[in-house]
Amino acid sequence: MQLTANTEATALAEQPAPALRTEGLSAWYGAHQAIRDVDLTILPNKITAIIGPSGCGKSTALRCLNRMHEVVRGARVAGKVLLDEEDIYAPGVDPVRVRRRIGMVFQKPNPFPMMSIYDNVVAGLRLTGESRGQDLDAVVEDNLRSVALWDEVKDKLRQSGASLSGGQQQRLCIARALAVEPEALLMDEPCSALDPVATYKIEELMEGLKDRYTIVIVTHNMQQASRVSDFTAFFLAGDERVGELIEYGPTDRLFTTPHDQRTEDYITGRFG
Amino acid sequence: MAIPLQVARRQPLRRPLSAPGPREWQRRAVDGVATALVTAAALLGSGVLLLILGYVVWQGAPALNLAFFTERPLPYGEVGGGVAPAILGTLLMLLVAALISVPLGIGTAIYLAEFGRGHFARLVRLVIDLLAGLPSIVVGVFVWALLVRHVVGQYSGLAGAVALAIIMVPIMTRTVEEILRLVPSALREGALALGVPRWRTILGVVLPTARVGVITGVVLSLARAGGETAPLLLTALGNQFFSFNLFEPMAALPVQIYTYAVSPYEDWHTKAWGSALILVLVIGCLSLLTRAVTRRGPF
Repeated sequence: MQLTANTEATALAEQPAPALRTEGLSAWYGAHQAIRDVDLTILPNKITAIIGPSGCGKSTALRCLNRMHEVVRGARVAGKVLLDEEDIYAPGVDPVRVRRRIGMVFQKPNPFPMMSIYDNVVAGLRLTGESRGQDLDAVVEDNLRSVALWDEVKDKLRQSGASLSGGQQQRLCIARALAVEPEALLMDEPCSALDPVATYKIEELMEGLKDRYTIVIVTHNMQQASRVSDFTAFFLAGDERVGELIEYGPTDRLFTTPHDQRTEDYITGRFG
Repeated sequence: MAIPLQVARRQPLRRPLSAPGPREWQRRAVDGVATALVTAAALLGSGVLLLILGYVVWQGAPALNLAFFTERPLPYGEVGGGVAPAILGTLLMLLVAALISVPLGIGTAIYLAEFGRGHFARLVRLVIDLLAGLPSIVVGVFVWALLVRHVVGQYSGLAGAVALAIIMVPIMTRTVEEILRLVPSALREGALALGVPRWRTILGVVLPTARVGVITGVVLSLARAGGETAPLLLTALGNQFFSFNLFEPMAALPVQIYTYAVSPYEDWHTKAWGSALILVLVIGCLSLLTRAVTRRGPF
């Protein structure tokens, strides 16, 4: 077992420079600590899944990766998150610039209700003042094609984004996140509000997106993690309900021969 | 954890679906009485309102003719004349009051809903609440002491507009703040996650999403200010002639109603009712217009 772990560590080390790396990452909501000392290395152009039972801090960990955690009142972070070896929590780093490079898709589809489908896709460009001089029509078509939504909505681009079905709305939100051309995409349980068909479409989409983007997905669905991800991180809340990273490795290995007893218990459905 | 297959428990009572017992009859009776009471309350409430409206129309309609809308008031004894200066004065003062109060009111609302926390925000809320409860005559006295006696030096439309703006700010602030709080935080997060700065998120996503409610807040405060009489008596004073100079006394519908109503002349009483009808129409049109413009929108 020790041997496997070592080879695995070597395998991780031989990969290209990590896209994102956390060092001793801890996060709090007010006085309550949500995660403790998370060291996680996320490789570029791979899909990394974060799994674990409810309340294990997996969403919190994800939100720390693009400084969305601190948006919540009273939230606090300690430790480092390195994007291209640059700490995104270093003093002087503007969270707005971080989020510009690391996009996010949320659990519940949240298209802007007063904007049309077209305006939703280019909302990021317009609101960051980067739409000038861009061929917005091309941006809209490209990104809607990327999320396989173009054919479904090309004749009603002026309709409200809220008029779409849940699955379409979520793909619209992914297109909106991609339109600002981030390097990485964080997905916080993107399918938990969707039916199986819509879920399948999003999973298919992720596979196609990883050529261009680094993807981190939080999911409570273990089948989904094993279907779509290259690497899996298992979180569990221990004492005092503080979430910790229990095990991290290639998805195939983690689901077939987990090293930690707690991982095995979780993936075999003994708890959680 | 094994679940025991058999648990000793009472059989569920299978009450018959029809043939209600005495408790059901009692519940139905209470239900009927309660429904009747709230329906009566609704009828009474809207009935009083309709009664007022109907009476104003009945009393005011005889005063209405073209001259009433286009001419200035004439001294007693002369036939005809209208309240055009008062209509224009009210509209002009409301416009100036809106120019002053909309940035203040919406700005304060944004501060309270999006940023405000801690002692300072609590203080701001307290002040806004006190301001909302301030009798309008006190606002009038204050503006009289400050603007009429000192800064401007005489009764003026500007002083009237300032008094109206002071009345509008707290109403607008509280309505708009409540509306902004209704905008789901998921939309703010969605914009922030695109790398949109906070101020652009508020101006580009939060305010447009809440625009119907924001406009409603502005109109509510306009309607309230449009009917204020006491502060205008001490600031704008009223004027029997056309005047668009904000630094001179200005006519206003509520003041005109007051002047006509306290007079001893029968003809002027009719004109007071006519002016009241026009005031109701002006404010009613304002509400209807905004409703038509803002039909769409989630809030």
